[in-house]
Amino acid sequence: MTSRVDLKVISKWVKEDSRVLDLACGDGELLHNLARDKNVSGYGLEINPQNIQACLERGVNVLEHNIDQGLGNFNDQSFDTVVMTQALQALQFPHLVLDEMLRVGRECIVTFPNFGHWRCRLHLSTKGRMPVSKFMPYTWYDTPNIHFCTFKDFEDLCRQKKLNIIERLVVDRENKGDWKARLLPNLMGEVAIYHVTR
Amino acid sequence: MPKAIPADSVGLVTPQTIHFSQPLQLSCGQILEKYDLVIETYGQLNEQRNNGVLICHALSGHHHAAGYHSMGDKKSGWWDNFIGPGKPLDTNQFFIVSLNNLGGCHGSTGPVSTNPKTSKLYGPDFPFVTVEDWVESQVRLSDHLGIDQWAAIVGGSLGGMQALHWSITHPDRLRHALVIASAPKLSAQNIAFNEVARQAIMSDENFRGGRYLEENTLPRNGLGLARMVGHITYLSDDAMGEKFGRELKNKEFSFDYGVQFQIESYLRYQGANFSDIFDANTYLLMTRALDYFDPASRYDDSLAKAMAQASAKFLLVSFTTDWRFSPARSNEIVSALLLAAKDVSYMEIDAPQGHDAFLMNIPRYVNGVAAYMQRVANECREASS
Repeated sequence: MTSRVDLKVISKWVKEDSRVLDLACGDGELLHNLARDKNVSGYGLEINPQNIQACLERGVNVLEHNIDQGLGNFNDQSFDTVVMTQALQALQFPHLVLDEMLRVGRECIVTFPNFGHWRCRLHLSTKGRMPVSKFMPYTWYDTPNIHFCTFKDFEDLCRQKKLNIIERLVVDRENKGDWKARLLPNLMGEVAIYHVTR
Repeated sequence: MPKAIPADSVGLVTPQTIHFSQPLQLSCGQILEKYDLVIETYGQLNEQRNNGVLICHALSGHHHAAGYHSMGDKKSGWWDNFIGPGKPLDTNQFFIVSLNNLGGCHGSTGPVSTNPKTSKLYGPDFPFVTVEDWVESQVRLSDHLGIDQWAAIVGGSLGGMQALHWSITHPDRLRHALVIASAPKLSAQNIAFNEVARQAIMSDENFRGGRYLEENTLPRNGLGLARMVGHITYLSDDAMGEKFGRELKNKEFSFDYGVQFQIESYLRYQGANFSDIFDANTYLLMTRALDYFDPASRYDDSLAKAMAQASAKFLLVSFTTDWRFSPARSNEIVSALLLAAKDVSYMEIDAPQGHDAFLMNIPRYVNGVAAYMQRVANECREASS
């Protein structure tokens, strides 16, 4: 079983026998589990060679492809669900990728770290420096994470694009959605999982 | 010469010649009444006969893909990096078959064979063969070997085109296709290079309309030139720069057209060497087969429609500095497979060696193919149990 809370939640939201495209699929764990437990088929896109190797070892369909170049290889509405976990903040144009996700998929599931979490806010307000933690381990000048946002920022973008947020689950790093994260998500939640359609 | 056979080598191998007497209708309209295919096999066919892997060769390749013919051999087979016990194409798990294609010059029926109708060498009269014809002859070879379905068909470059064609025209006869450093058809630039190679051969005064063997001569210069041009397209600018740079053979310019730069010396050596071991008519035939390959042409020029015929799963591999069949060309195949909703994985290997990279021991490439083939081997075992 997976140790990543977000993957567990996503597995629940994906329907049986559906077709899934996983952007930045990592080592293929999600697609592997979905294929095994829910007879899901699809592809993962990845650029990290170690991750691609892990996918091949698992027998997950993996394509070496940079998401920043769009999803031109895929037909409109050719997937039930397009998933992207923990990659939004690393994209050149997150808003365009979101458009592409909803072009090729009927719905999408996006997870990303919340820059509005109290630890980030505390770090910035007391130290006056960009947060560096175990969770966000990079220095500002050398980081793949070039587009951090908060939950509120993301929801603003969805509103602008007239997207429907079907479900949202906010989790912190240990538990999935305890009462603090439910009450004050943008302050207490560390990772959000959004389920979005057009 | 191997002092001792390495532990991960298939060891000493002996080619076999298989005779086919059922006429083969060729795409050019001619019929080949009977023909031979020379093959090598490595590993054991299992009881269920489901662990066969077919290796398709590229332009100047042949059946000798792995191991040694004798202890006196200077070199092992052309893909020895990949074939052997514990290697990506693991002979402990697979029964691997490698052949010399029709029209070749290494033992299968081709221009250097005797035409039974005239009792003379075929020479330029050997009929044109296409990738499609090769696949048909390989189907007959499969029948002969009692292999209904290959676990995988594997090829690089022109070999990849054969694997691709198999998947379209005989979908039920393979479970996996590994298409490496290949393309769904040649570009104008690719054809242009082939044409330069052919003109080099045909304009050699010793070509004699292709009847050079009958006249006891060889178009050495022409074939050598053809190989020199080809060789340039197999290497990347970087690889050539790295290997030779502007290094001079002697210290100073000699102000003549002899060999001055190391790269000239290398190319001339490659050309001369090749013209000793390869047949010019075969080279002409193989380049034409490349030119003509275009499986989408039968499906309204839609590669996706062509690939929709396939039932195999695919692994595509390209190399960043390959400019003969660049990553973009592999991506055309990947795109078509995605549109056709087929199972496909794709690796774009960062490698400086150019097109030739597909023959080389590049760790990421080797490991990726090994991981994929291990899954294939597991499937064979699961289906057997």
